[in-house]
Amino acid sequence: MPEKRIVLRNCGVIDPKRIATFLDRDGFKALKKALAEMTPEQIIEEIKVSGLRGRGGAGFPCGLKWELARKAHGDEKYVICNADEGEVGTFKDRYILERDPFTLVEAMAIAGYAIGVKTGYIYLRAEYHHLLNLLRNAISQARDKDFLGHFEIDIREGAGAYICGEESALMDSIEGKRGEVRFRPPFPPSKGLWGKPTIINNVETLMNIPQIILNGADWFNQIGTERSKGTKVFSVSGDVKKPGVYELVLGSRLRELVEGLALAEKVKMVQVGGATGRILPYEMIDTPLAFESILGAGAVIVFDETRDVIDVVYRTMEFLAEECCGKCAPGREGTEVMVEILGRFSRGEGADSDIRVLEDLSKAMMLSSLCGLGQAAPNPVIDSLQYFRGAYESRIRENQGGVVA
Amino acid sequence: MNKIGDGSPTQGKNQEKLLPRLKEAQSKFGYLPKELMAELAESLCLSISDVYGVATFYSFLSTKPQGRNVIRICQSIPCFLKDSQTIISSVEKEIGIKPGETTPDGRFSFELTNCIGACDEAPAMMLNGEVHVNLTPGKISQILKACK
Repeated sequence: MPEKRIVLRNCGVIDPKRIATFLDRDGFKALKKALAEMTPEQIIEEIKVSGLRGRGGAGFPCGLKWELARKAHGDEKYVICNADEGEVGTFKDRYILERDPFTLVEAMAIAGYAIGVKTGYIYLRAEYHHLLNLLRNAISQARDKDFLGHFEIDIREGAGAYICGEESALMDSIEGKRGEVRFRPPFPPSKGLWGKPTIINNVETLMNIPQIILNGADWFNQIGTERSKGTKVFSVSGDVKKPGVYELVLGSRLRELVEGLALAEKVKMVQVGGATGRILPYEMIDTPLAFESILGAGAVIVFDETRDVIDVVYRTMEFLAEECCGKCAPGREGTEVMVEILGRFSRGEGADSDIRVLEDLSKAMMLSSLCGLGQAAPNPVIDSLQYFRGAYESRIRENQGGVVA
Repeated sequence: MNKIGDGSPTQGKNQEKLLPRLKEAQSKFGYLPKELMAELAESLCLSISDVYGVATFYSFLSTKPQGRNVIRICQSIPCFLKDSQTIISSVEKEIGIKPGETTPDGRFSFELTNCIGACDEAPAMMLNGEVHVNLTPGKISQILKACK
Protein backbone atom coordinates (compact mmCIF):
# COMPACT_ATOMS: atom_id res chain seq x y z
CA MET A 1 0.00 0.00 0.00
CA PRO A 2 1.27 3.42 -0.87
CA GLU A 3 2.34 6.51 0.92
CA LYS A 4 -0.53 8.93 1.33
CA ARG A 5 -0.51 12.37 2.85
CA ILE A 6 -3.54 13.21 4.96
CA VAL A 7 -1.90 14.23 8.20
CA LEU A 8 1.20 15.62 6.49
CA ARG A 9 -0.62 17.23 3.58
CA ASN A 10 0.50 20.73 4.47
CA CYS A 11 3.94 19.83 5.82
CA GLY A 12 6.59 21.42 3.68
CA VAL A 13 3.89 23.13 1.63
CA ILE A 14 2.70 25.96 3.85
CA ASP A 15 4.69 28.50 5.83
CA PRO A 16 4.05 27.49 9.45
CA LYS A 17 4.43 31.12 10.51
CA ARG A 18 1.85 32.58 8.12
CA ILE A 19 -1.81 31.75 8.32
CA ALA A 20 -2.44 33.06 4.80
CA THR A 21 -0.52 30.16 3.31
CA PHE A 22 -2.66 27.79 5.37
CA LEU A 23 -5.90 29.45 4.25
CA ASP A 24 -4.78 28.93 0.63
CA ARG A 25 -4.80 25.20 1.36
CA ASP A 26 -8.43 25.10 2.55
CA GLY A 27 -7.33 26.06 6.05
CA PHE A 28 -10.20 26.55 8.52
CA LYS A 29 -12.73 25.47 5.89
CA ALA A 30 -13.56 22.41 7.96
CA LEU A 31 -14.13 24.54 11.03
CA LYS A 32 -16.38 26.90 9.06
CA LYS A 33 -18.31 23.94 7.70
CA ALA A 34 -18.64 22.40 11.14
CA LEU A 35 -19.89 25.60 12.73
CA ALA A 36 -22.25 26.57 9.91
CA GLU A 37 -23.64 23.29 8.65
CA MET A 38 -23.25 20.68 11.35
CA THR A 39 -24.56 20.10 14.85
CA PRO A 40 -22.09 18.83 17.45
CA GLU A 41 -23.84 15.45 17.32
CA GLN A 42 -23.39 15.28 13.55
CA ILE A 43 -19.68 15.97 13.87
CA ILE A 44 -19.27 13.27 16.47
CA GLU A 45 -21.25 10.86 14.31
CA GLU A 46 -19.01 11.68 11.34
CA ILE A 47 -15.87 10.97 13.38
CA LYS A 48 -17.40 7.74 14.68
CA VAL A 49 -18.32 6.52 11.21
CA SER A 50 -14.88 7.46 9.88
CA GLY A 51 -13.36 4.83 12.16
CA LEU A 52 -10.58 7.18 13.32
CA ARG A 53 -8.68 5.67 16.23
CA GLY A 54 -6.21 7.32 18.61
CA ARG A 55 -2.70 7.66 17.18
CA GLY A 56 -0.87 7.90 20.49
CA GLY A 57 -0.57 4.14 20.81
CA ALA A 58 -3.73 2.88 22.49
CA GLY A 59 -5.99 3.15 19.44
CA PHE A 60 -9.18 4.08 21.26
CA PRO A 61 -12.00 5.10 18.87
CA CYS A 62 -11.85 8.89 18.68
CA GLY A 63 -15.56 9.50 17.99
CA LEU A 64 -16.59 7.37 20.94
CA LYS A 65 -14.26 9.30 23.24
CA TRP A 66 -15.76 12.57 22.05
CA GLU A 67 -19.29 11.25 22.49
CA LEU A 68 -18.61 10.14 26.06
CA ALA A 69 -17.26 13.58 26.91
CA ARG A 70 -20.13 15.37 25.15
CA LYS A 71 -22.70 13.33 27.07
CA ALA A 72 -20.92 13.62 30.42
CA HIS A 73 -22.51 16.01 32.89
CA GLY A 74 -20.50 19.03 33.82
CA ASP A 75 -20.51 22.78 33.38
CA GLU A 76 -16.83 22.81 32.54
CA LYS A 77 -15.10 20.36 30.19
CA TYR A 78 -11.69 20.31 28.60
CA VAL A 79 -9.95 19.26 25.40
CA ILE A 80 -6.29 18.42 25.70
CA CYS A 81 -3.88 17.85 22.86
CA ASN A 82 -1.15 15.48 23.96
CA ALA A 83 2.06 16.88 22.50
CA ASP A 84 4.25 15.11 25.05
CA GLU A 85 5.82 12.87 22.50
CA GLY A 86 8.33 11.05 24.69
CA GLU A 87 8.26 7.53 23.34
CA VAL A 88 11.78 6.49 22.36
CA GLY A 89 12.28 6.87 18.63
CA THR A 90 9.19 9.01 18.05
CA PHE A 91 9.49 12.44 16.49
CA LYS A 92 6.53 12.65 14.13
CA ASP A 93 4.57 15.09 16.30
CA ARG A 94 7.57 17.39 16.43
CA TYR A 95 7.80 17.17 12.64
CA ILE A 96 4.08 17.96 12.31
CA LEU A 97 4.06 20.85 14.78
CA GLU A 98 7.14 22.38 13.17
CA ARG A 99 5.51 22.39 9.75
CA ASP A 100 1.76 22.73 10.25
CA PRO A 101 0.63 24.08 13.61
CA PHE A 102 -2.53 25.56 12.08
CA THR A 103 -4.28 22.28 11.31
CA LEU A 104 -3.91 21.33 14.96
CA VAL A 105 -5.47 24.61 16.06
CA GLU A 106 -8.34 24.09 13.63
CA ALA A 107 -8.88 20.52 14.81
CA MET A 108 -8.95 21.55 18.45
CA ALA A 109 -11.49 24.26 17.66
CA ILE A 110 -13.68 21.65 15.97
CA ALA A 111 -13.31 19.35 18.97
CA GLY A 112 -14.23 22.21 21.27
CA TYR A 113 -17.45 22.89 19.36
CA ALA A 114 -18.36 19.20 19.06
CA ILE A 115 -17.88 18.39 22.71
CA GLY A 116 -19.12 21.68 24.09
CA VAL A 117 -15.87 22.91 25.53
CA LYS A 118 -14.56 26.44 25.88
CA THR A 119 -10.99 25.70 26.89
CA GLY A 120 -8.35 23.56 25.27
CA TYR A 121 -4.79 22.86 26.32
CA ILE A 122 -1.80 21.77 24.34
CA TYR A 123 0.54 19.90 26.67
CA LEU A 124 3.96 20.40 25.11
CA ARG A 125 6.95 18.44 26.34
CA ALA A 126 9.84 20.48 27.71
CA GLU A 127 12.13 19.02 25.07
CA TYR A 128 9.98 20.78 22.45
CA HIS A 129 10.19 24.19 24.09
CA HIS A 130 11.61 25.51 20.82
CA LEU A 131 8.15 25.02 19.28
CA LEU A 132 6.38 27.16 21.86
CA ASN A 133 6.51 30.44 19.97
CA LEU A 134 5.52 28.85 16.70
CA LEU A 135 2.44 27.34 18.35
CA ARG A 136 1.58 30.56 20.18
CA ASN A 137 1.89 32.42 16.91
CA ALA A 138 -0.44 30.00 15.14
CA ILE A 139 -3.04 30.34 17.91
CA SER A 140 -2.87 34.12 17.94
CA GLN A 141 -3.12 34.39 14.14
CA ALA A 142 -6.17 32.12 14.21
CA ARG A 143 -7.66 34.29 16.96
CA ASP A 144 -6.97 37.47 14.98
CA LYS A 145 -8.84 35.97 12.05
CA ASP A 146 -11.82 35.27 14.34
CA PHE A 147 -11.59 31.50 14.10
CA LEU A 148 -11.42 31.04 17.85
CA GLY A 149 -14.45 33.00 18.98
CA HIS A 150 -15.93 29.99 20.70
CA PHE A 151 -12.77 28.43 22.03
CA GLU A 152 -9.54 29.34 23.83
CA ILE A 153 -6.34 27.36 23.47
CA ASP A 154 -3.63 27.54 26.10
CA ILE A 155 -0.25 25.86 26.04
CA ARG A 156 1.10 24.05 29.11
CA GLU A 157 4.68 22.91 29.15
CA GLY A 158 6.06 19.78 30.74
CA ALA A 159 9.34 19.68 32.64
CA GLY A 160 11.00 16.49 31.51
CA ALA A 161 9.05 13.32 32.29
CA TYR A 162 8.27 10.52 29.85
CA ILE A 163 5.34 9.32 31.93
CA CYS A 164 3.50 12.61 31.38
CA GLY A 165 2.60 11.36 27.92
CA GLU A 166 0.34 8.88 29.72
CA GLU A 167 -2.99 10.67 29.83
CA SER A 168 -3.71 10.58 33.54
CA ALA A 169 -0.17 11.59 34.47
CA LEU A 170 -0.43 14.35 31.88
CA MET A 171 -3.51 15.76 33.60
CA ASP A 172 -1.80 15.66 36.99
CA SER A 173 1.10 17.56 35.44
CA ILE A 174 -1.22 20.27 34.07
CA GLU A 175 -2.69 20.46 37.56
CA GLY A 176 0.82 21.29 38.76
CA LYS A 177 1.47 17.99 40.50
CA ARG A 178 3.97 15.18 40.14
CA GLY A 179 3.09 13.36 36.93
CA GLU A 180 1.82 10.20 38.57
CA VAL A 181 -0.78 8.02 36.92
CA ARG A 182 -4.30 7.75 38.31
CA PHE A 183 -6.45 4.76 39.10
CA ARG A 184 -9.14 4.23 36.45
CA PRO A 185 -12.09 4.24 36.32
CA PRO A 186 -13.19 6.97 36.32
CA PHE A 187 -11.87 7.62 32.83
CA PRO A 188 -11.09 11.14 31.62
CA PRO A 189 -14.26 11.62 29.52
CA SER A 190 -16.25 11.45 32.75
CA LYS A 191 -13.67 12.71 35.26
CA GLY A 192 -10.47 14.18 33.91
CA LEU A 193 -8.68 17.48 34.40
CA TRP A 194 -9.69 18.92 37.81
CA GLY A 195 -12.29 16.18 37.94
CA LYS A 196 -14.14 17.56 34.89
CA PRO A 197 -14.99 15.65 31.71
CA THR A 198 -11.91 15.76 29.48
CA ILE A 199 -10.77 14.34 26.20
CA ILE A 200 -7.11 13.87 25.47
CA ASN A 201 -6.07 13.33 21.87
CA ASN A 202 -2.66 12.86 20.34
CA VAL A 203 -1.42 15.53 17.90
CA GLU A 204 -1.67 13.14 14.97
CA THR A 205 -5.22 12.02 15.83
CA LEU A 206 -6.41 15.61 15.80
CA MET A 207 -4.60 16.34 12.52
CA ASN A 208 -7.02 13.96 10.79
CA ILE A 209 -10.18 15.75 11.94
CA PRO A 210 -10.41 18.65 9.44
CA GLN A 211 -9.95 16.35 6.45
CA ILE A 212 -12.64 14.00 7.74
CA ILE A 213 -15.06 16.90 8.16
CA LEU A 214 -14.29 18.26 4.69
CA ASN A 215 -14.21 14.99 2.74
CA GLY A 216 -16.66 12.97 4.79
CA ALA A 217 -16.44 9.86 6.91
CA ASP A 218 -16.97 7.55 3.93
CA TRP A 219 -13.91 8.91 2.18
CA PHE A 220 -11.75 8.24 5.27
CA ASN A 221 -13.40 4.93 5.93
CA GLN A 222 -12.27 3.53 2.60
CA ILE A 223 -8.60 4.03 3.41
CA GLY A 224 -6.80 1.36 5.42
CA THR A 225 -7.87 -2.01 6.76
CA GLU A 226 -11.06 -3.24 8.39
CA ARG A 227 -10.20 -2.06 11.87
CA SER A 228 -7.52 0.52 11.07
CA LYS A 229 -8.78 3.41 8.99
CA GLY A 230 -6.73 6.15 7.44
CA THR A 231 -2.99 6.58 7.48
CA LYS A 232 -0.28 6.46 10.10
CA VAL A 233 2.73 8.67 10.44
CA PHE A 234 5.89 6.73 11.30
CA SER A 235 9.18 7.93 12.74
CA VAL A 236 11.99 5.78 11.38
CA SER A 237 15.44 5.81 12.96
CA GLY A 238 18.40 3.56 13.66
CA ASP A 239 20.28 1.57 11.04
CA VAL A 240 18.68 3.02 7.94
CA LYS A 241 19.99 5.19 5.12
CA LYS A 242 17.01 7.52 5.15
CA PRO A 243 15.71 8.11 8.67
CA GLY A 244 12.70 10.39 8.89
CA VAL A 245 8.95 10.74 8.94
CA TYR A 246 6.77 8.76 6.56
CA GLU A 247 2.99 8.62 6.25
CA LEU A 248 1.57 5.33 4.99
CA VAL A 249 -1.88 3.90 4.52
CA LEU A 250 -2.66 1.68 7.51
CA GLY A 251 -2.10 -1.96 6.69
CA SER A 252 1.10 -1.26 4.75
CA ARG A 253 3.82 -3.78 5.42
CA LEU A 254 6.75 -3.07 7.68
CA ARG A 255 9.07 -4.05 4.83
CA GLU A 256 7.72 -1.26 2.65
CA LEU A 257 8.59 1.29 5.31
CA VAL A 258 11.89 -0.09 6.51
CA GLU A 259 13.47 -1.36 3.31
CA GLY A 260 11.39 0.44 0.68
CA LEU A 261 11.38 3.96 2.06
CA ALA A 262 14.05 4.17 4.74
CA LEU A 263 16.44 1.97 2.72
CA ALA A 264 17.58 -0.36 5.49
CA GLU A 265 19.88 -3.27 4.69
CA LYS A 266 20.84 -6.45 6.54
CA VAL A 267 18.12 -5.93 9.11
CA LYS A 268 18.29 -8.12 12.21
CA MET A 269 15.21 -6.80 13.99
CA VAL A 270 12.86 -3.84 14.25
CA GLN A 271 11.42 -2.29 17.39
CA VAL A 272 7.97 -0.95 16.58
CA GLY A 273 6.31 1.34 19.11
CA GLY A 274 9.39 2.42 21.04
CA ALA A 275 10.43 1.28 24.49
CA THR A 276 7.08 -0.27 25.29
CA GLY A 277 6.61 -1.57 21.74
CA ARG A 278 7.31 -4.91 20.15
CA ILE A 279 10.54 -6.33 18.82
CA LEU A 280 10.15 -8.17 15.53
CA PRO A 281 12.85 -10.33 13.96
CA TYR A 282 13.60 -9.85 10.27
CA GLU A 283 11.52 -12.93 9.42
CA MET A 284 8.44 -10.92 10.38
CA ILE A 285 9.26 -7.93 8.18
CA ASP A 286 6.09 -8.49 6.15
CA THR A 287 3.83 -7.83 9.15
CA PRO A 288 1.18 -5.25 8.27
CA LEU A 289 1.30 -2.03 10.24
CA ALA A 290 -2.17 -1.74 11.74
CA PHE A 291 -3.99 -1.82 15.06
CA GLU A 292 -4.84 -5.48 14.38
CA SER A 293 -1.17 -6.43 14.32
CA ILE A 294 1.41 -3.91 15.46
CA LEU A 295 1.51 -0.14 15.57
CA GLY A 296 2.05 1.79 18.79
CA ALA A 297 2.66 5.49 18.28
CA GLY A 298 4.61 4.74 15.12
CA ALA A 299 8.21 4.64 16.35
CA VAL A 300 10.20 2.31 14.13
CA ILE A 301 13.77 1.67 15.23
CA VAL A 302 15.79 -0.53 12.90
CA PHE A 303 18.72 -2.69 14.02
CA ASP A 304 21.15 -4.30 11.61
CA GLU A 305 22.95 -7.61 11.98
CA THR A 306 25.78 -6.13 14.04
CA ARG A 307 23.46 -5.27 16.94
CA ASP A 308 23.08 -7.20 20.17
CA VAL A 309 19.52 -7.84 21.26
CA ILE A 310 20.36 -8.08 24.99
CA ASP A 311 22.02 -4.67 24.78
CA VAL A 312 18.87 -3.21 23.27
CA VAL A 313 16.49 -4.78 25.79
CA TYR A 314 18.73 -3.87 28.73
CA ARG A 315 18.94 -0.21 27.67
CA THR A 316 15.22 -0.12 27.02
CA MET A 317 14.48 -1.44 30.48
CA GLU A 318 16.89 1.01 32.11
CA PHE A 319 14.94 3.77 30.42
CA LEU A 320 11.58 2.42 31.61
CA ALA A 321 12.80 1.97 35.17
CA GLU A 322 14.06 5.55 35.21
CA GLU A 323 10.88 7.01 33.76
CA CYS A 324 8.39 4.93 35.74
CA CYS A 325 6.39 7.26 38.02
CA GLY A 326 6.73 4.92 41.01
CA LYS A 327 3.10 4.87 42.04
CA CYS A 328 2.42 1.15 41.64
CA ALA A 329 4.69 -1.64 42.82
CA PRO A 330 4.61 -3.74 39.62
CA GLY A 331 5.81 -0.77 37.57
CA ARG A 332 8.29 0.56 40.11
CA GLU A 333 9.82 -2.68 41.40
CA GLY A 334 9.19 -4.79 38.31
CA THR A 335 11.21 -2.58 36.01
CA GLU A 336 14.04 -2.38 38.57
CA VAL A 337 14.23 -6.14 38.96
CA MET A 338 14.25 -6.56 35.20
CA VAL A 339 17.12 -4.09 34.89
CA GLU A 340 19.05 -6.09 37.47
CA ILE A 341 18.48 -9.39 35.69
CA LEU A 342 19.10 -8.03 32.21
CA GLY A 343 22.28 -6.46 33.53
CA ARG A 344 23.46 -9.92 34.55
CA PHE A 345 22.79 -11.24 31.07
CA SER A 346 24.58 -8.33 29.47
CA ARG A 347 27.67 -9.23 31.55
CA GLY A 348 27.39 -12.90 30.68
CA GLU A 349 26.34 -13.77 34.23
CA GLY A 350 22.78 -14.92 33.61
CA ALA A 351 21.23 -18.08 35.02
CA ASP A 352 18.53 -20.48 33.85
CA SER A 353 16.36 -19.36 36.74
CA ASP A 354 16.69 -15.75 35.60
CA ILE A 355 14.83 -16.56 32.41
CA ARG A 356 11.98 -18.08 34.42
CA VAL A 357 11.85 -15.04 36.68
CA LEU A 358 11.73 -12.74 33.66
CA GLU A 359 8.81 -14.71 32.25
CA ASP A 360 6.85 -14.82 35.52
CA LEU A 361 7.54 -11.19 36.28
CA SER A 362 6.43 -10.19 32.79
CA LYS A 363 3.06 -11.81 33.35
CA ALA A 364 2.65 -10.22 36.77
CA MET A 365 3.50 -6.76 35.47
CA MET A 366 1.17 -7.04 32.50
CA LEU A 367 -1.70 -8.07 34.73
CA SER A 368 -1.24 -5.78 37.67
CA SER A 369 0.45 -2.51 36.62
CA LEU A 370 -1.56 0.66 36.96
CA CYS A 371 -0.80 2.11 33.53
CA GLY A 372 0.47 1.33 30.06
CA LEU A 373 4.11 1.80 31.03
CA GLY A 374 4.16 -1.05 33.53
CA GLN A 375 1.79 -3.20 31.51
CA ALA A 376 3.86 -2.88 28.34
CA ALA A 377 7.34 -2.70 29.90
CA PRO A 378 7.79 -6.48 29.60
CA ASN A 379 7.14 -6.38 25.82
CA PRO A 380 10.78 -6.16 24.75
CA VAL A 381 11.68 -8.93 27.21
CA ILE A 382 8.88 -11.23 26.07
CA ASP A 383 9.60 -10.66 22.39
CA SER A 384 13.34 -11.08 22.67
CA LEU A 385 12.87 -14.26 24.72
CA GLN A 386 10.57 -15.56 22.03
CA TYR A 387 12.60 -14.65 18.96
CA PHE A 388 16.15 -14.41 20.25
CA ARG A 389 16.22 -16.88 23.12
CA GLY A 390 19.64 -18.07 22.02
CA ALA A 391 21.06 -14.65 22.87
CA TYR A 392 19.96 -15.15 26.48
CA GLU A 393 21.13 -18.75 26.68
CA SER A 394 24.59 -17.87 25.43
CA ARG A 395 24.86 -15.36 28.29
CA ILE A 396 24.14 -17.90 31.00
CA ARG A 397 27.20 -18.34 33.16
CA GLU A 398 27.42 -22.11 32.70
CA ASN A 399 27.20 -21.70 28.94
CA GLN A 400 30.17 -19.38 28.74
CA GLY A 401 33.45 -20.59 27.32
CA GLY A 402 32.00 -22.84 24.66
CA VAL A 403 30.41 -25.34 27.05
CA VAL A 404 26.79 -25.73 26.06
CA ALA A 405 24.56 -26.92 28.85
CA MET B 1 11.31 36.29 44.66
CA ASN B 2 8.66 37.72 46.93
CA LYS B 3 5.79 38.17 44.53
CA ILE B 4 5.15 34.59 43.75
CA GLY B 5 1.56 33.94 44.85
CA ASP B 6 -1.44 36.06 43.96
CA GLY B 7 -3.54 34.48 46.68
CA SER B 8 -6.31 32.96 44.57
CA PRO B 9 -8.72 31.00 46.72
CA THR B 10 -8.73 27.37 45.73
CA GLN B 11 -5.98 24.85 46.37
CA GLY B 12 -6.39 23.44 42.85
CA LYS B 13 -5.81 26.76 41.18
CA ASN B 14 -2.79 27.36 43.38
CA GLN B 15 -1.36 23.95 42.70
CA GLU B 16 -1.76 24.63 39.00
CA LYS B 17 0.66 27.53 39.29
CA LEU B 18 3.33 25.49 41.01
CA LEU B 19 4.97 23.83 38.03
CA PRO B 20 5.18 27.03 35.91
CA ARG B 21 6.58 28.91 38.93
CA LEU B 22 9.19 26.25 39.53
CA LYS B 23 10.18 26.33 35.86
CA GLU B 24 10.40 30.11 35.98
CA ALA B 25 12.65 29.97 39.04
CA GLN B 26 14.73 27.21 37.49
CA SER B 27 15.52 29.32 34.46
CA LYS B 28 16.11 32.44 36.55
CA PHE B 29 18.38 30.97 39.23
CA GLY B 30 19.63 27.84 37.52
CA TYR B 31 18.21 25.69 40.32
CA LEU B 32 15.58 25.67 43.04
CA PRO B 33 17.02 26.87 46.36
CA LYS B 34 15.40 25.54 49.55
CA GLU B 35 14.31 29.02 50.65
CA LEU B 36 12.58 29.58 47.35
CA MET B 37 10.66 26.33 47.62
CA ALA B 38 9.60 27.23 51.17
CA GLU B 39 8.41 30.66 50.08
CA LEU B 40 6.59 29.20 47.14
CA ALA B 41 4.84 26.70 49.40
CA GLU B 42 3.70 29.45 51.72
CA SER B 43 2.48 31.79 49.02
CA LEU B 44 0.56 29.05 47.23
CA CYS B 45 -0.81 27.55 50.47
CA LEU B 46 0.86 24.24 49.73
CA SER B 47 3.01 22.11 51.97
CA ILE B 48 6.76 22.17 51.49
CA SER B 49 6.65 18.48 50.67
CA ASP B 50 4.16 19.19 47.86
CA VAL B 51 6.61 21.64 46.35
CA TYR B 52 9.65 19.45 46.94
CA GLY B 53 7.80 16.47 45.50
CA VAL B 54 7.14 18.28 42.25
CA ALA B 55 10.62 19.84 42.16
CA THR B 56 12.27 16.43 42.36
CA PHE B 57 9.92 14.62 39.98
CA TYR B 58 10.79 16.38 36.74
CA SER B 59 14.20 15.96 35.18
CA PHE B 60 14.41 19.55 33.95
CA LEU B 61 14.10 20.88 37.48
CA SER B 62 17.07 20.75 39.83
CA THR B 63 17.35 21.23 43.56
CA LYS B 64 21.14 21.49 43.31
CA PRO B 65 22.98 24.42 41.74
CA GLN B 66 23.65 23.84 38.05
CA GLY B 67 26.23 25.28 35.72
CA ARG B 68 25.52 28.29 33.51
CA ASN B 69 25.27 25.91 30.57
CA VAL B 70 23.43 22.62 30.88
CA ILE B 71 24.44 19.90 28.43
CA ARG B 72 21.98 17.05 28.01
CA ILE B 73 23.15 14.27 25.70
CA CYS B 74 20.45 11.91 24.53
CA GLN B 75 21.15 8.39 25.80
CA SER B 76 18.19 6.66 24.16
CA ILE B 77 18.54 3.85 21.66
CA PRO B 78 18.31 5.74 18.34
CA CYS B 79 21.18 7.99 19.44
CA PHE B 80 23.03 5.03 20.95
CA LEU B 81 22.90 3.35 17.53
CA LYS B 82 24.53 6.45 16.08
CA ASP B 83 27.37 6.25 18.57
CA SER B 84 26.27 8.66 21.28
CA GLN B 85 28.97 6.99 23.44
CA THR B 86 31.62 8.80 21.42
CA ILE B 87 29.83 12.10 21.89
CA ILE B 88 29.58 11.48 25.63
CA SER B 89 33.31 10.74 25.79
CA SER B 90 34.18 13.81 23.80
CA VAL B 91 32.14 16.02 26.13
CA GLU B 92 33.92 14.37 29.07
CA LYS B 93 37.27 15.16 27.47
CA GLU B 94 36.36 18.73 26.56
CA ILE B 95 35.13 19.82 29.98
CA GLY B 96 36.69 17.24 32.28
CA ILE B 97 33.57 16.03 34.09
CA LYS B 98 31.32 13.00 33.93
CA PRO B 99 27.54 12.89 33.47
CA GLY B 100 25.79 14.10 36.62
CA GLU B 101 28.55 16.56 37.50
CA THR B 102 29.10 20.32 37.29
CA THR B 103 32.43 21.95 36.49
CA PRO B 104 34.04 23.66 39.52
CA ASP B 105 33.93 27.02 37.72
CA GLY B 106 30.16 26.65 37.28
CA ARG B 107 30.41 26.90 33.51
CA PHE B 108 28.90 23.53 32.63
CA SER B 109 26.57 20.90 34.01
CA PHE B 110 26.61 17.61 32.14
CA GLU B 111 23.65 15.27 32.10
CA LEU B 112 22.33 12.38 30.09
CA THR B 113 18.71 12.60 29.07
CA ASN B 114 16.11 10.36 27.47
CA CYS B 115 14.79 10.61 23.93
CA ILE B 116 14.50 14.24 22.84
CA GLY B 117 12.74 13.43 19.58
CA ALA B 118 15.60 14.16 17.21
CA CYS B 119 16.25 10.52 16.30
CA ASP B 120 16.29 11.22 12.56
CA GLU B 121 19.34 13.41 13.12
CA ALA B 122 21.06 11.38 15.83
CA PRO B 123 23.22 11.71 17.81
CA ALA B 124 21.59 14.72 19.39
CA MET B 125 21.74 16.82 22.53
CA MET B 126 20.09 19.76 24.21
CA LEU B 127 22.20 22.67 25.30
CA ASN B 128 20.31 25.17 27.46
CA GLY B 129 17.06 24.10 25.89
CA GLU B 130 18.30 24.24 22.34
CA VAL B 131 18.58 21.09 20.27
CA HIS B 132 21.81 20.27 18.43
CA VAL B 133 21.85 17.38 16.00
CA ASN B 134 24.16 15.22 13.88
CA LEU B 135 26.85 15.64 16.51
CA THR B 136 30.49 14.79 15.96
CA PRO B 137 33.41 15.27 18.36
CA GLY B 138 34.50 18.23 16.22
CA LYS B 139 31.09 19.82 16.44
CA ILE B 140 30.97 19.26 20.21
CA SER B 141 34.27 21.04 20.61
CA GLN B 142 33.03 24.01 18.58
CA ILE B 143 29.68 24.26 20.33
CA LEU B 144 31.17 24.04 23.83
CA LYS B 145 33.87 26.60 23.07
CA ALA B 146 31.16 29.10 22.19
CA CYS B 147 29.58 28.74 25.66
CA LYS B 148 30.41 31.41 28.18
